[in-house]
Amino acid sequence: MAETATATGRKVKFIITRRERPEAAPFTEEFEVPYRPNMNVISALMEIQRNPVKADGAKTSPVCWESNCLEEVCGACSMVINGKPRQACSTLIDKLEQPVRLEPMSTFPVVRDLVINRERMFNALKKVKAWIPIDGTYDLGPGPRMAESKRQWAYELSKCMTCGVCLEACPNVNDRNSFIGPASISQVRLFNAHPTGEMNAAERLEALMEEGGIEGCGNSQNCVRSCPKGIPLTTSIAAMNKDTTKHMFKQWLGL
Amino acid sequence: MKGNSYLPRKIHSLLGVIPLGLFIVEHALTNYSAYEGGKEGFSDSIDLLNSLPLVLWMEIFLIWLPILFHGVYGLYIAYQSNINTGRFSYGRNWAFTAQRITGVITFIFIAWHFYETRLQVALGNVSHEELGQHMNSIVSDPLAFTAYIIGVLAATFHFANGLWAFLVSWGITVGPRAQKVSSNICMVIFVIIAALFLLSLFAFRGDEFASAAATALSSVSVG
Ligand code: HEM
Ligand code: SF4
Ligand code: FES
Repeated sequence: MAETATATGRKVKFIITRRERPEAAPFTEEFEVPYRPNMNVISALMEIQRNPVKADGAKTSPVCWESNCLEEVCGACSMVINGKPRQACSTLIDKLEQPVRLEPMSTFPVVRDLVINRERMFNALKKVKAWIPIDGTYDLGPGPRMAESKRQWAYELSKCMTCGVCLEACPNVNDRNSFIGPASISQVRLFNAHPTGEMNAAERLEALMEEGGIEGCGNSQNCVRSCPKGIPLTTSIAAMNKDTTKHMFKQWLGL
Repeated sequence: MKGNSYLPRKIHSLLGVIPLGLFIVEHALTNYSAYEGGKEGFSDSIDLLNSLPLVLWMEIFLIWLPILFHGVYGLYIAYQSNINTGRFSYGRNWAFTAQRITGVITFIFIAWHFYETRLQVALGNVSHEELGQHMNSIVSDPLAFTAYIIGVLAATFHFANGLWAFLVSWGITVGPRAQKVSSNICMVIFVIIAALFLLSLFAFRGDEFASAAATALSSVSVG
């Protein structure tokens, strides 16, 4: 089937921003990839990998990118596609304007070509303790149950795949600003909503009240418009604003 | 900015509404008396303000120092933000950008406005009674009048949109519906306060506020 479609001779044009090494200067290269029905950005990149020849016919090195799940749950393939950060695996060529422009997300250090290092997101999760501590020297038994009504919205928050799109969209995540970014603030709300996680709620709130914490949010609300998982990030941020504010007054009053 | 920025940021946010938000409302109402009550009404309002006890201390602690802290820290916050409305041209992102731009405009405007009015009073160049006439001679110059209109609109938008942000920053409006409703209310507040300021600016241009000398001057510049 792929062959018959290729036979139509239609090509998809790509302009890709590349970098050889982390500190190297970026440059762009153009490619023309044979069109196949329902192809996505990753399948086009695979085609370039198989046949690393530029649009002008000159050979080049294969373009590097990252991907794992190929179904928009791991977040590894995030890149800027035609100006918007999104997942390459779930972005269909048919829905894109051509030429298709691919760039690495500028918020993160580039490793090579479209491969970026999202370490700062994982550090942020560590900083806010986005987990539930249950390890101990003896079996603590089953934890308290969660109300179904709460579970439903908490489940939405748990869909975050640390893809980094919300950080890329945020005007306050940049090198002049230490803002931790929307994703981990929403994770504090998730873990503080959990009946067992709630027992460490204060620690997570205090992490958000440190330098570069929740106060870095300037309410541009780009995050909620950009999140591929539809996570209500601005609701989470406002809810954590409420909780950190309450926590601040409690600390003052020594409650 | 070493150490914890949570508290200074909270103070910045609070000062924007209390006392500065209250002050901008008071200022708009005082000026509006120039439109409503003319020269008489305006000087009555000024007399009322100056009859308040400890008025200089109130000015220092409820207006000047809060503006200084909020303004300087605000410039730093603005410096820390990118402008990305090109890539993300959503309404709220425009408001975010406008909040920063109007903050910078407001800073410059307040410095100039303070120099022209309050500082001249402090230096004894202008008396409280002459303020209406003084404003008349300032806004009779089309360039200064335009600057005043821009400054007043910027400050008013900054306050109204800032009030919306304040409600989010303190966790008062949490969900999208609450934020939508508060956004509409804040834009109504913007329109009302802006109208008060604009009407008073036009009133100050009127003949009533012009002294003999200033009338001559304004008729020259207005043509
Ligand atoms: C003097 C120059 C000023 C500068 C440079 C300035 C700057 C800023 C900036 C950059 C913000 C955005 C903070 C953020 O959203 O993260 C802000 C917020 C705000 N400003 Fe100003 N501002 C100034 C004067 C004023 C004045 C005179 C008022 C009151 C009438 C005011 C009221 C507010 C309010 C209510 C907020 C929202 C606070 C929040 O985000 O929680 N500002 N200001
Ligand atoms: S909140 Fe959404 S945009 Fe942000 S990292 Fe998680 S999935 Fe990606
Ligand atoms: S490869 Fe996992 S989200 Fe695209």
